[in-house]
Amino acid sequence: MAKISRRQALAGAAAVPLALQGQAALAATPKDTLVVAKQIDDIITLDPAECYELSGIEVATNLYDRLLRYEAEDVTKMVGGVANMPSVSADGKVFTFKLKPNQKFHSGAPITAEDCAFSLQRVVLLDKTPAFLVTQLGWTKANVKDLVKATSADTLQFTITESYAPSMVMNLMTSIIASIVEKKVALANEKDGDLGNTWLKTNSAGSGAYKLLSWKANESVSMESYPGFRMGPANLKRVVIRHVAEPQTQRLMVEKGDVDVARDLSADQIKAVRANKDLRIEDFAGANTWYLGLNMSDERLKNEKVRTAIKMLVDYDGMVNTFLKGQFFVQQSFLPVGFFSAMKYTPFKLDVAKAKALLAEAGYPNGFTIKLASNNSAPGPEIAQSIQQTMGLAGIKVEIVTSDRKTVLGDYRGRKNQMTLMSWGPDYFDPHTNADTFARNTDDSDGAATKPLAWRNHWSIPEISAQTALAAKELDAGKRKAMYEALQKKVTLEGPFVLMFQNVSEVTFRKNVSGFKLGITEDLNFYRTAKKA
Amino acid sequence: MTVARRIAAPLRKIGSLLVSVGLTFLGLTCVTFVIGRVIPIDPVLAIVGDKASNETYERVRLQLGLDQPLLEQYWHYLVKVVHGEFGTSVMTAHPVLDDLLSVFPATLELATLSLVIGVVGGIPLGVYAAVNRGRWQDQLIRFMSLLGYSMPVFWLGLIGLLLFYAKLGWVAGPGRVDVGFDDMVPVVTGLMSIDSLIAGEDEVFWNVLSHLVLPSSILGYLSLAYVARMTRSFMLSQLKQEYILATLAKGLSPFRVVWIHALGNVWVQLVTVIALTFGSLLEGAVLTETVFAWPGLGLYLKNSLFAADLNAVLGGTVLVGVVYIVLNMLSDVVYTLVDPRARGQG
Repeated sequence: MAKISRRQALAGAAAVPLALQGQAALAATPKDTLVVAKQIDDIITLDPAECYELSGIEVATNLYDRLLRYEAEDVTKMVGGVANMPSVSADGKVFTFKLKPNQKFHSGAPITAEDCAFSLQRVVLLDKTPAFLVTQLGWTKANVKDLVKATSADTLQFTITESYAPSMVMNLMTSIIASIVEKKVALANEKDGDLGNTWLKTNSAGSGAYKLLSWKANESVSMESYPGFRMGPANLKRVVIRHVAEPQTQRLMVEKGDVDVARDLSADQIKAVRANKDLRIEDFAGANTWYLGLNMSDERLKNEKVRTAIKMLVDYDGMVNTFLKGQFFVQQSFLPVGFFSAMKYTPFKLDVAKAKALLAEAGYPNGFTIKLASNNSAPGPEIAQSIQQTMGLAGIKVEIVTSDRKTVLGDYRGRKNQMTLMSWGPDYFDPHTNADTFARNTDDSDGAATKPLAWRNHWSIPEISAQTALAAKELDAGKRKAMYEALQKKVTLEGPFVLMFQNVSEVTFRKNVSGFKLGITEDLNFYRTAKKA
Repeated sequence: MTVARRIAAPLRKIGSLLVSVGLTFLGLTCVTFVIGRVIPIDPVLAIVGDKASNETYERVRLQLGLDQPLLEQYWHYLVKVVHGEFGTSVMTAHPVLDDLLSVFPATLELATLSLVIGVVGGIPLGVYAAVNRGRWQDQLIRFMSLLGYSMPVFWLGLIGLLLFYAKLGWVAGPGRVDVGFDDMVPVVTGLMSIDSLIAGEDEVFWNVLSHLVLPSSILGYLSLAYVARMTRSFMLSQLKQEYILATLAKGLSPFRVVWIHALGNVWVQLVTVIALTFGSLLEGAVLTETVFAWPGLGLYLKNSLFAADLNAVLGGTVLVGVVYIVLNMLSDVVYTLVDPRARGQG
C-alpha cells in the first residue's frame, strides 16, 4: 500500500476547502429564478378554502386566480379577475358575474362558471377558518348550493341574504376565499367527502400566474410560471421561497447572493446592510395594527378617564423614532392607511401631566398596579417595556407577563388578561373587516356566538355595533366613508384600545431584482412582476 | 449446563430487554402525552387560528377528541402509536410518520459526520492530553475542550457562517443544497450525499458536501470537546493503574502501552460516551439546524412545539426515545465485542 507523506496529506487537506470553494462559488441564484428567504413556518395548508396564514395566503395569491382582483399593476383599483366586474341587482342582493373568455387552469381545462360556484360553495361546505368571510353573507351549508350557482357555462350568479354594501361583497370576492379551484381535479382527489381538501393542502389546482411544484413544510415552496396565465406569463420562470428562520442567516444569504430577496431582516440588520452597494431596501406599508387591549371587566379600565390617561401614557413617537424605526409608523385608528375611508389619525401623544390629572379625577391619584400580557417575540417585549416605563411616570405600575403568542392569544380570547399587547391584520380589503371586530359587540356574555375584539375587552356597544352594521350596508360611497370616519374617531377616543402603530415591511433586494412589490395585505403580494437583470 | 438452561438464558435476556424497552416506551409516550396536554397552548387555536368562529373551534375540538377524559385520550393515542399511526401534522398537513422519515435522514447525515469528526479528533486528543498531563499540550487541549463546552452553538454557527461562508467563501450557505440543485436527485436513502452518489450526480454531491461541512464541523467540534475531555479523564485513571507500570517494566513500548493497553481498557466507557453523544446529535441540534436552515428533526420539533402541533411533537419525541433505545441496545452489543467480561454476563 502506498504511503501518504505528511506533505501530501496537508496538500490534500488544503485542497478540500478549495474544492468546496469552487462549489460555493456556484451558489448564485439561477437567472430565471427568484429566490426569496422568508420565515414560512406559518404555512399549514395551501388549500384556499382553508388557508389563513399570512405566508400561505401570499403563496395562494400567486397559485390561484380569483373572481375579482386588485392587480399588481394598480393595487388601488378593483378590477375583474377570472370574471368581469359583476352586475348587481337594485336591492344589492344578487350578483351576476360573466367569466372572461378562453381562460384555462394549469391542467389545460377551461375555467367554467361551475368551477367558480364550486369554489365558493366548498368554502362554506368545508367550514374551515376562512368560512366566516362568506357565511356572513347569509350562506350556510344548507343553502349555499341554491344561493351560489352557475346559470350558464360562463355566468356565475350568487345571492346574499344579509344586507351589505356591494363594494364590501365585491371586496370579499378579491380575497382568498374567491380563489378559483378546478372542480374536476379537486373531486378526483376527494377523500371521505373532503372536496379535495387533504390533497389541496399540499397541491394546487388553480389558474394563477404560478403553479405549485412543491411545498416542503419548514423548508421551501417552489413554483413554476404558468404560460397560459390570463395576464400573460410571469417574468421569471421559477420562484423558490426558502424557509430561513434566522434573520441573521437571511442577511448573510442575501449579501452573498444565495437569495435574491430577504424578507425578515430586523431594523438593526437593515441599517447595517443599507451601505451594501449590491443591495437595495424598499419599504412597503403593511396593514397590521398594533394596539393595547384594555379589558373593561377591570373596574379601573372601565373608567373612561383611566383609559384616556393610559392612551396619553404611551410614547408613540419615541418608539417609532428609536427601536421601531422603519418598521412602524404611528396610526391611532382601527383602519390601516391605504384602506377605503381610513384616516391618518393621531390624537394622542405622550402627556404625563394630563394623564396624571385624569387619573386623579378618576380617583387614582397615585396610580395602581396592573398586568400587561405580551407575546415574547420582537417587538412585543420592547413595546411592553416602553409602555411600562412611561406608565410608571404617572404611577401606574405595569407588570409585564410575556409568553408565546398562542398562549397570550388563548388568554385574550378567554378574556383573562387585564391589558393585552396584540396586533390585528384585516381579512379582506374593505373597512368592514376591521370595523366588525373593533366596533361590534352586541352580546357581551361568555356564550356569545362571535367574539370580536370589542367582546374580548368587554366593551358592550349595542349602539356603535348598529352603526357598524349600517356602514357595512351603506350603498353611497361618500356616506359610507363618513360613517367609517365617525366610527374610527369613536373607537380611538372611547374604546378599550390604545391604537398605536401600523407596520411597514422593509424588504432587502439584490440590486438586480426589480418589480417585486408587496401590497398592503398578502392578497396583493404578486411574484409575477418580479424581474432580474 | 443443560440444553434447557442454555436456551433459557438468552430467552430470559431477550425477554427482559423487551420488557425494559416496552416500559421505557410506555413511560416515554405517557410523559410526552401528559406534557403535551397540560402546556398552556390551545391546540385547537393552533389549527383554526385566531379568527375562526365558535362553531369551527368547537367542531375541531371534538375532532381532536379533546372533549374526552385525558386517560381515554391517552389510550386512543397509544393504540394508534402501536399501530404506527402518529396522526397528521397540523404544521405540514402530512402524516407525522412521513414527516419523520423525511426529516430524520437530514439529521442523521449531519449527526453522523459530526460524530465522526468528534470521535476521530476527540479520542486521540484526549489520550494525548492524558499522556502529557499538566504540560502545555494538555492545557491547550483542555482549553480547547472548555471552549467547545462554553461557546453557545448558535453564536458559533453564525460566526462560522460569517467567516467561512460570507467572508472566505469556502463553504456553501444554509440549507442542504443550492436552489439550482433542488429536487435533482431522487430520494433513495434520504441522505443527500449518498443519494447524489447513487444518482451519479457528482456536482450535486460536492454541493451537498459544501453545505454539510460547516454545520457538521461545528457540531463535530462540540462532540470533539466532550469526547476529548472524557477520554482524557478515563485515560488518566487507567494510566495510574499498576499494570501500566508492569507492562512498561516488561519492556513494552510506551506507545503500545498507551494506545493498546490503556486505551483498550477505556473502550467500554468510551462507547457509552459516544452513544450518548450520537443520541444527543440525533435528537436534533435545534439551534444549529435553525441557524443553518437545516430541515432536520431538531427544526421539525422546534417548529411543531411553537405551532402547538401535538401530533408532531409526540411523534418526534417518540422517535427520539426510539433512537436512545436503539443506541442503548447497540451499546450493549458493542460492550460484548470490546470487553470479553461482558460476554459472560446474563
